[in-house]
Amino acid sequence: MAFSNNTRALFADEIEKIKDDGLYKEKRFICSEQDAEIEVEYPEGAAHKKVLNFCANNYLGLSSHPDVIQAAHEGLDTRGYGMSSVRFICGTQDIHRELQKKVSAFLGMEDTLLFPSCMDANSGVFEALLGQDDVIIADRLIHASLVDGIRLCSAEYDTFKHMNMKHLKKKLELHQNKRTRLVVTDGVFSMDGDLAPLDEMVALCNEYDAMILVDDSHASGFIGKTGRGTHEHYDVIDGIDLITTTFGKGLGGASGGCVSGRSELIELCRQKARPYLFSNSLAPPIVSGSIKVLDLISKSTERRDKLERNTKYFREKMEEAGLNMRPGETPIVPVMLYNAKLANDMARDMYAEGIYVIGFCFPVVPAGKARIRVQLSAAHEKAHLDKCVEAFKKIGAKYGILGMDKKEIIEKYGN
Amino acid sequence: MEEMKKSVLEYIVDEYLDEDDEDEVSFDSPLISSGIVDSFSMVSLKRFVENKYSIKLPDEEATPEAFDTVNSICDLINKHLG
Repeated sequence: MAFSNNTRALFADEIEKIKDDGLYKEKRFICSEQDAEIEVEYPEGAAHKKVLNFCANNYLGLSSHPDVIQAAHEGLDTRGYGMSSVRFICGTQDIHRELQKKVSAFLGMEDTLLFPSCMDANSGVFEALLGQDDVIIADRLIHASLVDGIRLCSAEYDTFKHMNMKHLKKKLELHQNKRTRLVVTDGVFSMDGDLAPLDEMVALCNEYDAMILVDDSHASGFIGKTGRGTHEHYDVIDGIDLITTTFGKGLGGASGGCVSGRSELIELCRQKARPYLFSNSLAPPIVSGSIKVLDLISKSTERRDKLERNTKYFREKMEEAGLNMRPGETPIVPVMLYNAKLANDMARDMYAEGIYVIGFCFPVVPAGKARIRVQLSAAHEKAHLDKCVEAFKKIGAKYGILGMDKKEIIEKYGN
Repeated sequence: MEEMKKSVLEYIVDEYLDEDDEDEVSFDSPLISSGIVDSFSMVSLKRFVENKYSIKLPDEEATPEAFDTVNSICDLINKHLG
């Protein structure tokens, strides 16, 4: 047979190496709706455990919202289950057009194109728009899907130090001889929760004749005073040329993504972006659910306001408890532990306390910067936040890190 | 050779380290495997080397292993300088 024992051993060895390197991702099963309170089977086969979820991207708590579920049912009933076609043959319904229009209006962009995921949007957008006479200048900590997309494109690329505007300016000066320049950044960086300084970036792009693309997956729906995203937060909506974002996080959490921006750029993506051309789009129930999500958050800022209050409250309480956090204002709260084993051990003990959080270490985050990433949601009530803080206090005391700064934690545990 | 190493090291410190960075980089410090330079941002270093020494490094030789220390980078440059 083609899959010989030797071939099997080859792949099995690779899996073992991943385990030996401490990078193995274990199976965890959620046996309930996605929400603040969930039931988890972990490890596989274990009895279900009720825990509080502090590691979902369910920022607005809309993943299981009754109105969204109802809208998805209506989409299923009136437009069916699937399209059995890519968009440009016979896979576009009126509701796909409606969702694109609503996204454009919500984000303040000229036009929008749906993709099966934001990963696909990021994979396709660069190759569709740029060629070897162009240059892409990216922040060094952009999401992996942007890195993949940039590598698939024939344009030259360069990078600048994370959020370092002096360095970006230098790179823009260096590449003035190119046909076009495209600066690429996350709006909110998923591991640190920090906000890209879009006001300064847009000013530099104007000065050096560059376009700018922002992946706002960890911002759409809740950053900015009406939740439009990082560009609203910095009041530069008109200065942004392209936004990629997802429906898989704050905006309902199902799946799907999009590229939104200048109409000529979106039209070119429609003609040339391979993940759009060669894959089905969002299924009708998800389209209908996503339309409902946009309707809900366009009518009221109640959910993003609650998320903002939750974030402020949680950060204050954690600070009082003596946890070492990266400062910030987004619902991504990195509890810095620096040492990979400490981060994983503490995350495991937090789970035993009924708090579901995950430790992150190299290569997902830079070496020596291991952390537990806490993600807050509008679905969290004050009692949930208090229970999480209490668990951090208890487990932090167990490991003797409360009140310690970076240097002290590294002295105690290494990095 | 010493001059070349100094020049490459100077570029790395300027291009990859922040002003408040505590990392100290020497000729044999691991760059890629330690995370100072990642495989995505390595492109800047490759471009610098190619422009400064007027050489073209083929992708199959400009590997993360070959770019892991200043010493190994300079070995590669010298190979192409003939």
